[in-house]
Amino acid sequence: MKWDWNAVSDFMPDFWKGLLVTLQAVALGSLLSFSLGLVWTLLMRAPTRWVRWPVGVVTEFVRNTPLLVQLFFLFYVLPEWGLTFSALATGVFAIGLHYSTYTMQVYRAGIEAVPAGQWEAATALNLPRGRTWTAVILPQAIRRVVPALGNYVISMLKDTPMLMVITVLEMLGHARLFSQEHFQFTEPLTVIGVAFVLISYLASLLLRALERRLVR
Amino acid sequence: MSADTPLMKEPDASTGTALAGGELIRLEGVTKRFGTNTVLDDLNFSVEPGKHVTLIGPSGSGKTTILRLLMTLAKPDEGTITVDGQRLFPAPEKQVREVRKKIGMVFQQFNLFPNMSVLRNITEAPVRVLGLPKDEAEARARELLDLVGLADKCDAKPTRLSGGQQQRVAIARALAMRPQVLLLDEVTSALDPELVAGVLDLLRDIARSTDITMLCVTHEMGFARDISDQVLMFDAGRVIESGSPEKIFGDPEQERTREFISAVL
Repeated sequence: MKWDWNAVSDFMPDFWKGLLVTLQAVALGSLLSFSLGLVWTLLMRAPTRWVRWPVGVVTEFVRNTPLLVQLFFLFYVLPEWGLTFSALATGVFAIGLHYSTYTMQVYRAGIEAVPAGQWEAATALNLPRGRTWTAVILPQAIRRVVPALGNYVISMLKDTPMLMVITVLEMLGHARLFSQEHFQFTEPLTVIGVAFVLISYLASLLLRALERRLVR
Repeated sequence: MSADTPLMKEPDASTGTALAGGELIRLEGVTKRFGTNTVLDDLNFSVEPGKHVTLIGPSGSGKTTILRLLMTLAKPDEGTITVDGQRLFPAPEKQVREVRKKIGMVFQQFNLFPNMSVLRNITEAPVRVLGLPKDEAEARARELLDLVGLADKCDAKPTRLSGGQQQRVAIARALAMRPQVLLLDEVTSALDPELVAGVLDLLRDIARSTDITMLCVTHEMGFARDISDQVLMFDAGRVIESGSPEKIFGDPEQERTREFISAVL
């Protein structure tokens, strides 16, 4: 096995395209999973079980089926029902939805960790329910869960190669295409492997800096 | 409302002056259970406006529960609670909010909002609940911080303050809502001994200089003697004796009260 630097430089233009798609998928997937997860958590606290029950069933279902299966389903079954989205949009939706069922549990733990005295003080001050959530409870809860949410971002990053199966050309997709065209596998796969390590590492550094700022 | 007779079911539980100024707070037949444990047992008493009433008694005798019921942090299993003529349980949410506006509470654990500055802890509710303009609320908050001796801590986060300072901010926060009634729930129990005096002095000042009605659960008997118009002695969910501080601390009728007082003094 020989290492060919020319193959590396030939692959780089494709690599940058793939990197962009990977980062897009992670960023948009994170945003979706953070917001959807919060929605699930709040719905699970609804006073009526007619809300809690369906939300519980759906999220439990999504959490306990593989992301890969969900990707196939969304990409190949939805169009049969007349719903067609781009491959990337479908991928972002699948990742965001899947991870929202994890982030909802993170939020729940964060909300439950806010001391009862905070609710009581808000009641004693007669703060409206919505204001209690947005000004008192959620700011404290979210601060607590930033590390856990950050770990899911890194986890999402490592799940993005799955998007390849629904034709999204992210890093692995481009590496695979390049390999098949040039019969050179080592270089492109090594490049994206190194890229995954670097991005994960940078993300964890960023996360630790953010944690330090929030804990203060 | 329910029964309109001013008579109390337990003659012990009210002072002889009950008819003079009307009642601000009234509890009738209030019972509260936690599981099989009855923490308040058919309780009846009333408080006149402007009076300072201290609740004493052993731990677990139900004193704090009364404050929590008044603040609507818990619900009684039986009985009625009336504040300023308005019933609290059961009552529509709107009425509960109206009643809550009249009541402020200071907690044992301060319960300041750690995500807000000291100033915003105090202005949040006046702005959001009373609809005060922000600058007016801030001006008032600064006055109150001045009153509690923390004028220089406006922008600090509560967690940067000592326990005594936090509790003084909590008092300012409660006062900012201009309550008619202030509920004080063992407000010095969580403080280092050296910080207790400062908080008690502040409360003495407030008791002297305002006409706020105070309901105070405390183990600080000296403080209770100083500020109280009436002292209620609790045991096992009942008021077993009530009267002026002179009487309760000097010459109580009940053996149980005598025992308790001599144990804590």
